Parts: sequence; structure tokens; C-alpha cells
Amino acid sequence: MAPSTLSAALLIARKDLAIEFRTRTAFFSAAVFALLGIVIFFFAWDPTAVSSIDLAPGVLWGIFTFSGLLGLQRSFGLEQADRAIDALLGAPISRESIYLGKAIANLVFVAAVQIIAIPAVQLFYGVPLLEHAAVIALIALMSAIGLVAVGTLFSAMAVNTKLAEMLLPVLSLPFFVPIVIPAAQATARLLAGRPASESVGWLKLLLAFDIVFVVACMLAFPYTIEE
Amino acid sequence: MNGTRAENSVISTRGLGRRFGGRVAVSDVTLALEEGDCLALFGPNGAGKTTLLRMLAGVLRPTSGTGMVSGIELPGGAELRAAVGYISHASMLYAALTARENIELTARLFGVRDPRAAARRALERMEIVDRAETPVRQLSRGMQQRVSIARATVHDPRVVLLDEPFTGLDDSGSAALGAHLAALRAAGTTMVLVTHQIAEGLALATHAAIMREGSLVRLEAGETIDPATYIAIYREHVTYGA
Repeated sequence: MAPSTLSAALLIARKDLAIEFRTRTAFFSAAVFALLGIVIFFFAWDPTAVSSIDLAPGVLWGIFTFSGLLGLQRSFGLEQADRAIDALLGAPISRESIYLGKAIANLVFVAAVQIIAIPAVQLFYGVPLLEHAAVIALIALMSAIGLVAVGTLFSAMAVNTKLAEMLLPVLSLPFFVPIVIPAAQATARLLAGRPASESVGWLKLLLAFDIVFVVACMLAFPYTIEE
Repeated sequence: MNGTRAENSVISTRGLGRRFGGRVAVSDVTLALEEGDCLALFGPNGAGKTTLLRMLAGVLRPTSGTGMVSGIELPGGAELRAAVGYISHASMLYAALTARENIELTARLFGVRDPRAAARRALERMEIVDRAETPVRQLSRGMQQRVSIARATVHDPRVVLLDEPFTGLDDSGSAALGAHLAALRAAGTTMVLVTHQIAEGLALATHAAIMREGSLVRLEAGETIDPATYIAIYREHVTYGA
């Protein structure tokens, strides 16, 4: 009996993570990119003009989106080499399970990059991110879900084109805006020591976009891989 | 290969076709294959052979006509895909995973009971057990193709579809592949073999067909066909459009 959607998704995610663990190319690229981005913003920053608490949330979530793209690019790229995607499409599993498996692997990938990027932002900008570790982790998780939901879909769409590397950011970035704005706003309020209730509205907005993106992208995915 | 055989057929199509936008890739394909039959399908590049295979594999939706594979109407779904093994000139393997991991993954995705044991049996059938733990990227093209066949047949499919499996293999690799496919056919597997290598194709085939511009232009029982004669027939059809 063929596996359920969730079981098949976990098999695909485990496979993707095993490949990334062995090659580590995309993870190191994304982690180095994130660190370099944080350093460049740091040297371009004039602390007398903009306070670190105002700048850090934008840097953190801006870098998060761009470094995440590197992982998303790889997601369906590794299926194109030797047409491994045909083996997945030929298996008796739902198309949604392929999407879900890819999204789970991308979520782990993005989370791993965030684990490096968040302490680095605290180190360079001297903001108390880790003092609010639980809330920052929640914001990071919610933003990552929205980012990979959209990015996984567009990765599947872009990979079959000749301009995949250019097309993925062009397609994805406009959809990342509704994720980055609430994440940055909630973080800014947290770092400014504002009451938690001021961030709740932004987190609700983030949750709403997550739900819309996950549902819409999962429904749209089977059509993107249909020839 | 006619309508009267369709009742007992493992694969049967009637007027099957596929368009991509305004372009007709496959048009009006009618055929029937029973258990243990092997159709060798020849034709120039762009004739629609791969598109036909992908429709039979349940990964591409026909836009006209009807078809049944293993008793399930096209385009089928998970049930149809479970009955089919698909092998192409691309290995469809993950280079960073070992041969065993690739096959075991497929076994799990097909819901095979005891996937580890099934993967081992598939490796034994292809005589590559000693390379089971070797990453695919370190295997030769011939070895990769054996792993690919083991992957595609780990769930003991009733139907095996092969898209130019001889591409890139040397003589010994082609001979080994031919022997393995003959064993599959002898075990009752129904096969459709797309190839440019007419001699290898006819050596396995119970039926032969030529496809051109999306249509089957010749279709016949193939076990008695002389390869030299068929090459001349093929050239005539492809070059002069007979």
C-alpha cells in the first residue's frame, strides 16, 4: 500500500536533508551569504543616524529572505539533475506530498540558517534578540513557514525555465513582502521593549499569510508540475 | 495488436493523443499488448515516443482518445503508477545517495513491504550487491543504468516502460541490459521499449512499431522480423515518409 501524504512527504524531506547533509553546498553558501550580508550592513551603518534597534530587525529579516532563496533554488534543482523528479512523479503518491516534503526540507534548511544569522545580528548590532529567544523563535518559525510555502512553489515553477536563477527571486520576492513586514514590525516592537500586545496584531497577520500561502500553494502545486 | 486483443490486454489504447498548446505531440495511437509482450518503438527524435510513454506511465494526461494500463483507465492515478516501472536514458537517481538508498527510497514510496529486503533483492537481480553502498555519482554509466533498472522494478511492476535505456552504454553494458530485459519479459512483464538501436530493440520485441510526427506509421508482430530488413523499412518510413 502506497504511503499516506504525510508519510511520503517525510520520506521526501528526509531524502532532501540527507543529500544536503552530505553535500552541504547550499547550506554553507546560505550561511556565508547571511553572515556576509550582516557584516556589510554593519559597516555601511551609521550608528549616529539610525539606532541599532531600528536597523537590526530590517537587516535580520531582509537577510533571511535572500539567504533563504539560495536553499529554495536548490530544492527542485536537485530533482532536475538526472531527471529524478520523473521518479517522484511516477510514484503512487499524491503531488501534494511532493510539495509538502520539499517544503519541510526547506523549512529545516531556512531554520538552520536562522540559527546562525540571529546570534550574528545580536553580536554585530548589540540588540537583545536572544533575551527574547522564545518570541524571536516563534517569529522566525512563522516567517520561515510563509517563505518556504511560497518559495517551494515558485522553485518548482522556475526550475524548468532557462532563467531559473533569475526567475525565482523575481517571482518570490513580492510575495515575501507580506511576510517580512509583520516579522520586522513584531521584532522591532519586541526590541524596543514595547508591550507584547503591540506585537500580537503583527503575529496574527503573519499567521494569516502563512495559512493562505500554505493552502494556496499546496493546491496550486499539482498544476505547476503538470506538463 | 488489434482491437480484438484489447480485452486481455495489459496495455491498450484507442486513438490516444496529446497536444501541447497548438502542437500535436502524439496523435491517434491505437495498440494493444498482452502479458509478456514487448513493443519496440522506433522513430526519429521528436516523433512523440517519450510523450506516449509518459502518458502510459500515468505522469502525463492524454488530451484525446482512451487507454488502459493494467486495467486502469488513463490518465489513472496512484493505482496506475503503482503498476508501472519507468526507465529512461536519464538515470532518475540522486547522485549523492548510495545505490541502496535510491532503491530503498523508491520501495518506500511505492509502499513495498520490507523495503530494505526488496532493495537487496533488486540489487541482486541486477548483480550489483557489491556496489550497494557506493554513492551513485561514483558509479559508471552502465552501473548507474543497472541501479536505475533495479529502482524502477523494485516494486515488481506489471508494466515496464523504457525510454532509450541503451543510450550511453558500451557493448557489454548493452548486452547485460538486454539480458536483464529479456529476463523481465520472460517473467511476464509487459514492456514498451523506445530505442534508436533497432537490432537491440528487435532482439527483445514481440512487436515492433515506427512512430513519426506523433503517429504510429507501422505496427506489426516483431519476433520474426529480420533486423536488416527492418532497418531498411525504418529508413524508408523515416526518410521518405512511406
